[in-house]
Amino acid sequence: MKVPKKKPKKLIDEKDVRLDGRGLNELRPIKIEIGVLDNADGSAYIEQGKNKILAGVYGPKEAHPKHLSIPDRARLRCRYHMAPFSVDERKSPVPSRRERELSKVIRQALEPAVFVEYYPRTSIDIFIEILQADGGTRCAAITVASLALADAGIPMRSLVAACAAGKIDGRLVLDLMDTEDKEGEADVPLAWMPNSNAITLLQMDGSLTIEEFEQAVNMAMEGCKKIHELQKETLKAKYVAVKEEVEE
Amino acid sequence: MKSPIMIRVKQKQIAELVSLGKRLDGRELTDYREIQLEVGVVGRAEGSARVRIGKTEVLVGTKIALGAPFPDLPDRGVLTVTAELTPLASPTFEPGPPSEDAIELARVVDRGIRESKLIALEKLCVDPGKNVFIVFVDIYVLNHDGNLIDASALAALAALLNTKMFKYVVKEGEIKVKPGYTPLPVKNHPVAVTLAKINDKLIVDPWLEEEQVMDARITITTDKDGNICAMQKSGYGYFTMQQVLEAVKIAKEKAEELRKLVVKG
Repeated sequence: MKVPKKKPKKLIDEKDVRLDGRGLNELRPIKIEIGVLDNADGSAYIEQGKNKILAGVYGPKEAHPKHLSIPDRARLRCRYHMAPFSVDERKSPVPSRRERELSKVIRQALEPAVFVEYYPRTSIDIFIEILQADGGTRCAAITVASLALADAGIPMRSLVAACAAGKIDGRLVLDLMDTEDKEGEADVPLAWMPNSNAITLLQMDGSLTIEEFEQAVNMAMEGCKKIHELQKETLKAKYVAVKEEVEE
Repeated sequence: MKSPIMIRVKQKQIAELVSLGKRLDGRELTDYREIQLEVGVVGRAEGSARVRIGKTEVLVGTKIALGAPFPDLPDRGVLTVTAELTPLASPTFEPGPPSEDAIELARVVDRGIRESKLIALEKLCVDPGKNVFIVFVDIYVLNHDGNLIDASALAALAALLNTKMFKYVVKEGEIKVKPGYTPLPVKNHPVAVTLAKINDKLIVDPWLEEEQVMDARITITTDKDGNICAMQKSGYGYFTMQQVLEAVKIAKEKAEELRKLVVKG
């Protein structure tokens, strides 16, 4: 059940501090783990603020059903799914229209990074489970899914980092959490590959002038850069750990 | 049935032409195909409109019903947008539950209407928490020749502007519908403009074959004040920041042209 909470009067106080104590241009704390699932070919787990998201990758494997295979490349499949207990009101486990749309845009955000042409006729399956949601799950899902793909050893042009910027209380801010997203004026989720300057996911809802939109995208890109660094560190750390294990 | 092999052959031709600033059907890169608009085509519907962009044809009907509001918005009317890719519109559309593409189409159109506050939902509340008016916007794709989003969004706008609202009185807690109608209260006029990227060039209003060779596409919905209210990147490729900003600029100009077709005066 949803317990009624007092609506905050202000999302940003006089000292430019947000409800959770962050500054305007600050990401939520991020914790990433790689290789968390036994059976999956690749997997990763992310906590970004209160978001808790698990991603598993299976493949490249034989496409099933067969007629869905593409002769000159792998078919990327993606399912974004929210656990019934991940939000205040129980969410039915049946995939909602929102989840189906997000599955599509997340897939298309990751596809430019993957060398799908290396694995013709196969399928690469990405499963994303939102265990706890607190705004910005599609972006965190892309961040974690691209690590799961890398963990599966699938050749990629780059890791994809994703982050949203938006407008709350008339100010532009980075990485909106749920309350800010709901009470705020606009939200711009963005996925970006910093090395090739490729925007692979871009959505917007709310109302922004063209100037504000440009600033928001720049802000989100800065956030993506930080996340991308974190992704690289985490991935490298995994291999360092493996190397140490072998040497012991 | 359009064969994908033909597309492979044409792919080069379409892409090369676009690099030269030309298109297979003779349009400029920023030209729409011919747009035809009819409103009030379905008498039973509260509002309706048919839009043809080239050979793409979309029919939108609206219905209004009484129902319960969302628990978190007890004093607001409800907007519901669905899209049906009818199997008669394309050999690639199958009967059955809505596909991912149909859901995306409906949700992108929905976002434009909702975020621009096209409908004054606060005026559609009868009894807070109990009874509000629900506006159903049903998108029917009748022929698919590319750029379904722009055609659907334009038809939805025209249909909503054409929608008649019931008159009613509340007597002893009961809602009684009176004869006659008023126009649906509207506040904004969002218009979606879709651009495709082929060979690093942006083209407006991609038709089917261009959609089949494009790297990616972006839909930008702007409201009557020129603010951006919704956006959706789609397709397997990517955009650079410069391309996005250029797309936004073109979309704003084009939206003003399209808006004049629907909103007179």
